[in-house]
Amino acid sequence: MVRLRKLALCAPLLVALALVGCASDGGGIQSQKLNGVKSRGKLLCGVDGKLPGFSFVSPDGSYSGLDVDVCRAVAAATLGDPSKVEFRDLNSSERFAALASGEIDLLSRNTTYTLSRDASGGNGLSFAPTVFYDGQGVMAPKAAGINSLKDLAGKPICVESGTTTELNLADRMREIKATYTPLKFQTGDQTYAAYLQGRCVAVTSDRSQLAAKRTSFPDPAGHVLLPEVLSKEPLTPVTVNADPGWADAVRWTIYGLMQAEELGITQANIDAKVAEAKANPNQADLRRFLGVEGDFGKQLGLPADFVVQAVKAVGNYGELFERNVGQGSKLKLERGLNRQWSDGGLIYSPPFR
Amino acid sequence: MTVPSLTFSRLRRELFATPVDSVITLALLGFLLAVGTAFLRWVLFQAQWAVIQANTTLFAVGRYPIEQQWRLWLLTGLLAAASGLCWGLLRGRGTWPRNDQLAAGILIALAVIGSWALKLELPIQLRWWGITALLLMVRWAAGRWSQALPAPLLRLVPLVWPVLYLVGMVLISGGLGLMRVPPGEWGGLLLTLLEASFAILLCFPLGILLALGRRSELPLLRWGSVVYIEFIRGAPLITLLFLGQNILGFLLPGGLAPDRVWRAAWVLTFFAAAYVAEAVRSGLVALPPGQLEAARSLGLPMHQALIHVVLPQALRVALPATVGQFITLLQDTTLLSLIGLLDLLGTARTVMANPEFLGKNAEVYLVLAVLFWCCCAALGLGSRALETRLNPLATSKA
Repeated sequence: MVRLRKLALCAPLLVALALVGCASDGGGIQSQKLNGVKSRGKLLCGVDGKLPGFSFVSPDGSYSGLDVDVCRAVAAATLGDPSKVEFRDLNSSERFAALASGEIDLLSRNTTYTLSRDASGGNGLSFAPTVFYDGQGVMAPKAAGINSLKDLAGKPICVESGTTTELNLADRMREIKATYTPLKFQTGDQTYAAYLQGRCVAVTSDRSQLAAKRTSFPDPAGHVLLPEVLSKEPLTPVTVNADPGWADAVRWTIYGLMQAEELGITQANIDAKVAEAKANPNQADLRRFLGVEGDFGKQLGLPADFVVQAVKAVGNYGELFERNVGQGSKLKLERGLNRQWSDGGLIYSPPFR
Repeated sequence: MTVPSLTFSRLRRELFATPVDSVITLALLGFLLAVGTAFLRWVLFQAQWAVIQANTTLFAVGRYPIEQQWRLWLLTGLLAAASGLCWGLLRGRGTWPRNDQLAAGILIALAVIGSWALKLELPIQLRWWGITALLLMVRWAAGRWSQALPAPLLRLVPLVWPVLYLVGMVLISGGLGLMRVPPGEWGGLLLTLLEASFAILLCFPLGILLALGRRSELPLLRWGSVVYIEFIRGAPLITLLFLGQNILGFLLPGGLAPDRVWRAAWVLTFFAAAYVAEAVRSGLVALPPGQLEAARSLGLPMHQALIHVVLPQALRVALPATVGQFITLLQDTTLLSLIGLLDLLGTARTVMANPEFLGKNAEVYLVLAVLFWCCCAALGLGSRALETRLNPLATSKA
């Protein structure tokens, strides 16, 4: 009897050992998540769903936006079909729980990359490359003649209460020793309404959001973003920490989009580029990048042509940016920090080697 | 009691009795007129309704696949036919009282003006006209020939609704040879009405059981009901919704947990049941204990005494409070947008995030308010009609 109980206690251990054994003798990639996505035939992707330019539902019922296109690129890379994504709208308080419980495979929801979210002792998440470098900014009417944060000393500033935005503003104003009157509001709508009524001379929020809101103002050209950036908000897709194989697949898919822009490969010319690579054995870099030779895909547990599939689906990083939030959209955001490193920005893909 | 009719002389007597009265009346009239014209000017000239016109499908059914939407049209048609049938049978004798003429007029106006104002495509406009015509024709036919139908058949008519509900569920979700449409793709008004009707239908019997349990003499049952009711009433709905969404995912392994839409529906049901239980209990308390004692002394077993004597009277008393709870429940479905479901409000928020329609919040929220008002008004009207019908004095008069 006693022996039986001991055996029962050991049983989970034996099972665990057996699982470890299985995991190690495959040799290739044994990512539970990646295999799960492949066997399901569908990627479960968490998005905000209500953020201009990043994720929203179009009148025809399809999801659109920058965050959404990241999901589609990953689906195209893993499953060969950008339409095999199921989107979940998540709010900011439930997003990490949904990821941890496995309800979603990938969180692409304008999430700021921070230490406490990354650390195992914190949220224990695994961050992919940043797809949008945002930062807190300040907007003021052109007519007010305000050119920098210093000019705001002694003036009222509209801010949403209970946000990090409010705290960042207080910190920065203290640093430059400027007093100001914060006018706090519960919701974004109230904040901008007060700003438009002239109850404050400036309003602060993430720069992308300020620019998005500005397009809905009666006179968009009459408002300027001040040059100061009050905080760093690198918005980054996220996966769980426990599955490095899956995190790698997501990471290199996104790097693939960035590298494609650097190499001048676009949605329009990708087929020509593949043909060119196939015809010319001397272009080893291009051939490896597009999966014509080498085994980059296999090393990640992805098809050899995963970059080709991703670029075909959503275009390279630059196209994706311009279409959703840049000059091709109503938001008309500048590339700014989101330019390629070769143009002085922060978008930098490590080498595909 | 007779309500004095509204005549010009009476208006004059009451509103312009003294100079002070006249000034107040004129000031209020002027204020109302100013607000009214400003509002009308905004609605007619300033508001940009393209945001609604472009997204009608999204507001109505969310991301329901386009090639499967015929199922929803079929369901709407069936609902219209059933409504017409019951309407006609309730009136009987083929008459059209003034209220009915008014209702028919409003329905026709809605179908014609509504679909024109929303700039619906012609085939969709035609479908709305067809559905309205179907409703009115069935109403006419049922009223015309209600006398000719055999009585046993007439008794079966109320069964149309539960059967239609089940048919509707199959049509919406698929199965039985139809392509499955996962709940994640339901949205808009469809999802709002579905969640609300599901919760309303289930919370009512659950609430009655809880109310009876709370007055039971078995301690375990009584305390169980008390703890449940007080726990639910002590927690805000939004926290329970979050619990339902987040905890279930951890407790049950992936795939076993019911879909998010159903999780929310069950949470709404369990939440509303506690409040309905208290409404029903108020009806039970209002009933003199002699009713139950008399029924028991006649030799009725407990359950029969409850079903045939106590509950019919208690529920009639509790009806207004219960319907109030249902209306609240319908409005509470807007909280689903906070847990990421694309109900009517969730759809509205995602539409407003479309860079094409940024800043069109006022238009969207106004349409939402009108839609919710219509749904709640329908519930309220139905409940008042039911009250008159259940009123023992009124039925004896008829």
